[in-house]
Amino acid sequence: MASVTLSEVRKAYSGFAVIHGIDLEVQSGEFLVLVGPSGCGKSTLLRMIAGLEEITDGTISIADRIVNDLPASQRNLSMVFQSYALYPHMSVRKNLAFGLSNLRMPKDEIQRRVADAARILQIEELLERKPRQLSGGQKQRVAIGRAIVREPQLFLFDEPLSNLDAELRVQMRVELAGLYNRLGTTMIYVTHDQTEAMTMATRIAVLNKGNLEQIGTPYELYNAPKNLFVASFIGSPKMNLLSGKATGNKIELPGFGALAFVGAAGEMTVGVRPEHLSIGEPDGRRAEGTVTLVEYLGSEVFIYVALIDGQTLLAQAPGNASYKRGDKVHLSFRGADAHFFDSKGLRIEAPR
Amino acid sequence: MTDVSASTTAEIAREYRAERARRAKRAAVLKHIFLALTSLIMIYPLIWMLAASLKPDTQIFGDIGLWPGTFEWQNYAQGWNALPVSFTTFFWNSTVVTVLSVVGNVISCSFAAYAFARLEFSGKTIWFALMMMTLMIPYHVVLIPQYILFMNLGWVDTYLPLIVPKFLAGDAFFIFLMIQFFRQLPRELDEAAMIDGCSPFKIYWAIIMPLSLPAMATAAIFSFIWTWEDFLGPLVYLNDQADYTVPLALRSFISSDGVSQYGPMFAMSILSILPILLFFIVFQRLIIRGIAMSGLK
Repeated sequence: MASVTLSEVRKAYSGFAVIHGIDLEVQSGEFLVLVGPSGCGKSTLLRMIAGLEEITDGTISIADRIVNDLPASQRNLSMVFQSYALYPHMSVRKNLAFGLSNLRMPKDEIQRRVADAARILQIEELLERKPRQLSGGQKQRVAIGRAIVREPQLFLFDEPLSNLDAELRVQMRVELAGLYNRLGTTMIYVTHDQTEAMTMATRIAVLNKGNLEQIGTPYELYNAPKNLFVASFIGSPKMNLLSGKATGNKIELPGFGALAFVGAAGEMTVGVRPEHLSIGEPDGRRAEGTVTLVEYLGSEVFIYVALIDGQTLLAQAPGNASYKRGDKVHLSFRGADAHFFDSKGLRIEAPR
Repeated sequence: MTDVSASTTAEIAREYRAERARRAKRAAVLKHIFLALTSLIMIYPLIWMLAASLKPDTQIFGDIGLWPGTFEWQNYAQGWNALPVSFTTFFWNSTVVTVLSVVGNVISCSFAAYAFARLEFSGKTIWFALMMMTLMIPYHVVLIPQYILFMNLGWVDTYLPLIVPKFLAGDAFFIFLMIQFFRQLPRELDEAAMIDGCSPFKIYWAIIMPLSLPAMATAAIFSFIWTWEDFLGPLVYLNDQADYTVPLALRSFISSDGVSQYGPMFAMSILSILPILLFFIVFQRLIIRGIAMSGLK
């Protein structure tokens, strides 16, 4: 187990900056998920930690040792790649043993570790096969096996589940979480899928355009997003964003009327998660609208409602709710459930 | 109504099937006739040579027919020992030069290709452009400067000018071929190997090379053919008949005084292409295996 510290880490490709000075502290034994839209620099950041990409500026330390100039093989870490990167000409057994034999480990020790990993990942009967004879999920297991045989102090995952189909992804997610609980090793996991991030992480770091937007537990990110980007990125379906105008002690929201709010003036954005928008309740702030689309998911229903001013909001209702396109409905939410952002998109804590 | 239409449908379908089968058969016959004819044209010189190698000298240019009246098997025995030096020596000489050339080309060109495809060094693009430019220079242009160079080194009349350059990655065609092949191998394999503790050489040796057998085999086959049948190189650098390679020896059958032994010469020509055939048969399997392996993702 090792802690990882990034301070002022920058990356530029021939003068073009892609990572703009990131400070990040990963505690020992933590499962940190780096999440963000594609092109936000999360993979680059991971590759810099791995030692596959040079650091333009700043320092990275693993277990309190600065590793800027240390080659990947000496950082005592393992990495699982998106494409698995199994050696196609080697059997599964050789794939697992390859890194260990490079370390000149004794043969019986290699054998023991390969057998252990195979047992944990249930790939014992696949050991003599070549990667091309494996299914996607099996390849994924072997790739993880190759990472755990080295018993590293740090695991890196680069979108490891994105090549799997939806069902297998959920299954591997559970298995990865189980593996983490079992090994307790520090893990850094890159994904663009916020469900993966929410379900597995101890903490999530949200990246956007090479900047760290927020880092915190999934609970913190969901319930107290620091800015509009995090608010709309975390959570599925997305948070509804309403623009309004704050004047002294209230905010004028088109459709909903005035909302009591002290402490800000000017343009504001009010965010309401779909599960906090209720339909048809007579009290509270209400806006009138027309149902434009109903998505039935079994346990719940997503209802798209167009307000009179043209804005479409998404509300979530229990699965037994019966609405259909064209219905006139009233939307309302409680002030305590709303998130407030100023004109720069930064969160303003509502006075309670 | 339904019954009638059902039976008609079945009949129509049967007729269509039959018509399709007839048409397919006609097309197949035409295709095969065409292919057989073209193959015959391509292979005719070889058949002619084989026939000539079994005919007495008088019949070779006199007789139009391919089939030898009498089979002169002694052309082979005679040809083997017709020259002052036996063909055993010539074949051995050719084998030494060719095997060393193939080994040299495959090793050195794959090293150079690996460097171009995977490593970073200053002036990479310029070096690459220079290498590609050498592809455009005909061998005959550099022949004389090269000869003077090797003469100054004292290498003329030895095999060194034929072998040493092959160990110095001199063949841009093979380098280019391998670069293209290496580039299509996913870089994540290198990176995984890097994390697994491989040096750049180990990555080449344990990952890139085993995965590039098709490219290596292609280079080996071409290298073998080109060296085995090279006439100009040995002609320029080898003077002693005991050092001759097979193509030079074949030329010795045609003497300037007009008394040429054509039968034995063609017999030896036939023998001279056998190694190429064998080498190709052995190595083309690697190409096929490589194609089968590249279907992974």
